[in-house]
Amino acid sequence: MSETERVIIVGAGHGGGAAAATLRQYGFKGAITVIGTEPIPPYQRPPLSKAWLKGEADAASLALRPPAFYEKATITLRLSTTVTAIDIAGKTVTTDAGETLSYDWLILATGARARRLPIPGMELSGVLELRTAADADQLKAALGPGKRLAVVGGGYIGLEAAASATALGSSATVIERETRVLARVASVELSHAYQIAHRKRGVTIELGAQVAALEGADGKITGVRLGDGRLIPCDVALVGVGAVANIELAQQAGIMCDMGISVDLAARTSDPSVFAIGDCTWRPLPHYGRDFRLESVPNALEQARQAAATICGRAPAAPEVPWFWSDQFDLKLQIVGLNFGATHTLVRGDPARESFAVFHLTDDHHLRAVEAVNMPDAFMAGRLLIARGTQLAPAQICDMSVALKDLVA
Amino acid sequence: MPQVTFIEHNGTAHTVDAVIGKSLMEAAVDNSVPGIDADCGGACACATCHVFVTPEWEAKTGDRTEAEIAMLNFAAEVKPNSRLSCQITVTAELDGLVVHMPDGQH
Repeated sequence: MSETERVIIVGAGHGGGAAAATLRQYGFKGAITVIGTEPIPPYQRPPLSKAWLKGEADAASLALRPPAFYEKATITLRLSTTVTAIDIAGKTVTTDAGETLSYDWLILATGARARRLPIPGMELSGVLELRTAADADQLKAALGPGKRLAVVGGGYIGLEAAASATALGSSATVIERETRVLARVASVELSHAYQIAHRKRGVTIELGAQVAALEGADGKITGVRLGDGRLIPCDVALVGVGAVANIELAQQAGIMCDMGISVDLAARTSDPSVFAIGDCTWRPLPHYGRDFRLESVPNALEQARQAAATICGRAPAAPEVPWFWSDQFDLKLQIVGLNFGATHTLVRGDPARESFAVFHLTDDHHLRAVEAVNMPDAFMAGRLLIARGTQLAPAQICDMSVALKDLVA
Repeated sequence: MPQVTFIEHNGTAHTVDAVIGKSLMEAAVDNSVPGIDADCGGACACATCHVFVTPEWEAKTGDRTEAEIAMLNFAAEVKPNSRLSCQITVTAELDGLVVHMPDGQH
């Protein structure tokens, strides 16, 4: 590692910002340039559908680091700038400003973009997605007492936005194509608990509902037309139907991609000088013996640390068990692990009291995942038990008289 | 502005300015103090901003919530004076606060 080495980070999101900061923390002395399409320095996206939307967080608190940090750490931010091509043979990137910049190490942190629905009316004003701070500003401006929000897609973003809208005095209707919310990302038990919790707090949930079109008047959304002909009237519609990895730059450069940019446990791509981190990657999950694409901040941060460590000649840390969190109303959801290979489901606590955890085990009682609602110790215990590969006694998991602490002792 | 000191596991001390009303974790992150990872950004969801509050400061840093206690119970190297720094709000009274950090947050 020398002072003349140059790192270019493509993408100024959570992962890109963290990679730059971590490189400095690990003692990288060379030049660091972070190139991002958005006009603002790296910020945290999770609050956009939660505290930020409810007006409980300000712009400064969203920032990953205070503005002065980048100057002090001599990290160059090139904002409102998009990388249009990568030349891995010549080790350069080209930007939409027409510049060509050289690198010794390249970190792709290109993230994911909201999936668009192929239905009429997507162009209407008041049809929003929620990915960026600018998106969140638009949504926030459209909500308030008496406003009607229609959410297309019962995933985390949609449910969080519905909860925040309700807190702001708006009414919210969540429209989900599957027969349960969170169908792609959570167990049946968790989906049911969240449907009950949302309905109890005033959110309307339409399940098994196809969206035929978004309808409007004078170019502005007025309602969501369902496949069965019903109209859900609204003042604003949020479309949250998943995200697609931004892999085109890497693909065009000849870097190997699958459902994301393929990386190893050092976040290295098929080109030894190029790393990829965060939502855009297709990565190994060593605890599960397979590759997968994760959309989460912890994943982006773990891979930022892997890339920074490798560039700085450090050994990467032991792989983490993937984890996720979501705040909706007064429900704190923490999930650790993925339920690949799980065949048994055990519930600890009482879903009706909104304090419970769903444990997912294999045939031979190894823990694969825990979904914990207002039960942080179940989450923390799960994290240790999955990492260690401990074999569990199922009866103990459901027995509230057995402390979870004793299961990990 | 109150000044607080974070002492790394290897003894390196970092004295930084802390903003009243923000969390102690934010004071560390804003000033690039190594050893406070704060992966969840202060949602009390990850236990990667674990610190040990010097005993004489424990009363001034406030009480632990049940959720914080539950998270800390499973953190590495937990001690009676363990706190999650995202759950400590900086006040003028905390000027001079000293906290120590564990060997790692993961």
